[in-house]
Amino acid sequence: MVSPESDWEGVRLHVVTGKGGTGKTTVAAALALALAGEGRRTLLVEVENRQGIAQLFDAPPLPYEERKVAVGPAGGDVHALAVDPEEALLEYLDMFYRLGRAGRALRKIGAIDFATTIAPGMRDVLLTGKVYEAVRRTSRGRPVYDAVVLDAPPTGRIIRFLEVNAEVAGLARVGPIRGHADSIMALLRSPQTAVHLVSLLEEMPVQETVDALVGLVGARLPVGGIVVNAVRAPLLRQADLTAAARGGLDREAVAAGIAAAGVGVRPAAVDALIAEVAEHAERVALEKSERRTLKALGRPTYELPLLAEGVDLGGLYRLAEQLCRQGMA
Amino acid sequence: MTRREPRVGLDLDEVIADRATGIVVCCGAGGVGKTTTAAALGLRAAEQGRTVVVLTIDPARRLAQSLGLEALDNTPRTVKGIDEVNGGSLDAMMLDMKQTFDEVVIAHSTPERAQAILDNPFYQSLSSSFSGTQEYMAMEKLGQLRAEDRWDLIIVDTPPSRSALDFLDAPKRLGSFLDGRFIRVLMGSAKTGGRAYLKVLGAGLGTMTAVLTRVLGAQVLKDLQAFIAALDTMFGGFRERADSTFQLLQARGTKFVVVAAPERDALREASYFVERLREERMPLAGLVLNRVHVTGAASLSAARAAAGAETLEEARKHPLATAILRLHAERMRMIEREQSLRRRFTAAHPRVAVVDVAAQPGDIHDLDGLRVVGAALAGR
Repeated sequence: MVSPESDWEGVRLHVVTGKGGTGKTTVAAALALALAGEGRRTLLVEVENRQGIAQLFDAPPLPYEERKVAVGPAGGDVHALAVDPEEALLEYLDMFYRLGRAGRALRKIGAIDFATTIAPGMRDVLLTGKVYEAVRRTSRGRPVYDAVVLDAPPTGRIIRFLEVNAEVAGLARVGPIRGHADSIMALLRSPQTAVHLVSLLEEMPVQETVDALVGLVGARLPVGGIVVNAVRAPLLRQADLTAAARGGLDREAVAAGIAAAGVGVRPAAVDALIAEVAEHAERVALEKSERRTLKALGRPTYELPLLAEGVDLGGLYRLAEQLCRQGMA
Repeated sequence: MTRREPRVGLDLDEVIADRATGIVVCCGAGGVGKTTTAAALGLRAAEQGRTVVVLTIDPARRLAQSLGLEALDNTPRTVKGIDEVNGGSLDAMMLDMKQTFDEVVIAHSTPERAQAILDNPFYQSLSSSFSGTQEYMAMEKLGQLRAEDRWDLIIVDTPPSRSALDFLDAPKRLGSFLDGRFIRVLMGSAKTGGRAYLKVLGAGLGTMTAVLTRVLGAQVLKDLQAFIAALDTMFGGFRERADSTFQLLQARGTKFVVVAAPERDALREASYFVERLREERMPLAGLVLNRVHVTGAASLSAARAAAGAETLEEARKHPLATAILRLHAERMRMIEREQSLRRRFTAAHPRVAVVDVAAQPGDIHDLDGLRVVGAALAGR
């Protein structure tokens, strides 16, 4: 398969965010598939305790363990991990401090629960820490994963989430936590990371995309591409759309065409169909202006088609193929 | 033989007309139109004569502007342009989480202690970035609005949480933390019970402190202890408030409206929430299913429309009618998928009343738009 050079050569961590409901998880999963080229291995990580990945890949709920969930269209492996903050903390304590029994004692007195649910930002520290570890992990001198795709929190919380380690660095002026937080921040601010924004051609998601982009730039986080999800294929010619929006479609001509199709509908249904076209035309016009707004941001933009039947595994491969073809992977 | 499924319709007009309804909580996954639902319901209730305040958490800019809200300033403002003929009124506000938290601290502490808390780095982080704080402060604000007694109906939008359930869990979590053993360990042996408990665990207090110092670093531990010492005096107040707000949610005058879109994830969240409300004995009014696609030509199925389009294509005639049939086929497939998701939900929750709100081609920016949604919410 000849694929064009990826726009994100050199990026090891792809962070995928977007307004709730825009299809972040779907896009992240499709990207992980797309990046799993021949002989490559990608890791898809979720951090929001939703088990969205398992649902998409038709797999049983993921434990806190990296598991192979799919084979990419070009033959690479896609692994997935649902990060559980408590387990991540125990793992972290064990790795850095060899706490063993004392670690379990911390859990018993509620320290682990405290740390993962109440302590300021600790949950996000652990989640980003685990992602960092997966990106940095090596085996026989080479990275275990060629790319890590993070199904991240939504745009409303993404900057806080990614910047949490800078905040920790502010709290912990010295000590082991400080050092760890600094290295995570360094990765997140480096050209090895790209924060991609998922949007729909609707006003609110586009507005959030614009706001998030400004915020990311302000926070010195590397902005990636914009993925426009659930795009409908244009079915009508522009002239017909314009006429439909004005309520000026030739009813007789439409009725004659539909009669010729032999679907046997009553005249009232013809009016209903024309009303559907008018609504569609209004939507297309709105989409056009939203697309202009996104274009004006000047970022690489990718478009994924709306899958009318909903997203299943077959649909994910279709989306992955689109991302490859458009140069995102 | 086909049997018509019994459908329980949700009548939100009945809910807002009932003077006993004092609080309506709109909850659900992010991106399903919770805020719009809350605002539309508030407007409709106000125009039907209720004295309403809508507490929004994070409204889209233009929706906020349509309510006359320019900035999040934590103060309810009167919404202009509503129909007051029935004697109602509408106020709206946006939650400022940090300011709300600061006010709680100031109200429950001496001035010196309050200042110590406000200045502590742990507090600053907790009050502005802890992911449960928004939920907790939304509840706190609800309690405050209720105590003010200026409105006979409070409509609350819930934060865009990781999960809709966070909204119920965050206040309790904070409460249990404030009561927790960990706090006692952190505070040293001053509190009775701490030492004895640790002895049982077989780890001395000194060991525990040593472990924490190793993990956190001495400075962090010191700041944390200072923060907890300062908060210590407020624990009782915090817990009491969290408890009383939770009770408020279980009270008879409260109604939950679960909002979802006809999508798998949103409906799954809605299911969790419905089950959870039942467990907590919180009164559910029903489910609002937003952005449902509808058609006036339901008799023309997706398959037949697609076949008709093919016939025309083969004949190379009527390109416009071909496109219209394809468009309809696409819409019918979408409707079929949405209806099957809807059936799955109603099969699992046969007694939950549902109201569908048709998808609007554009977003809502003004009161007229909200009125259209409000009418749809009432099934009109």
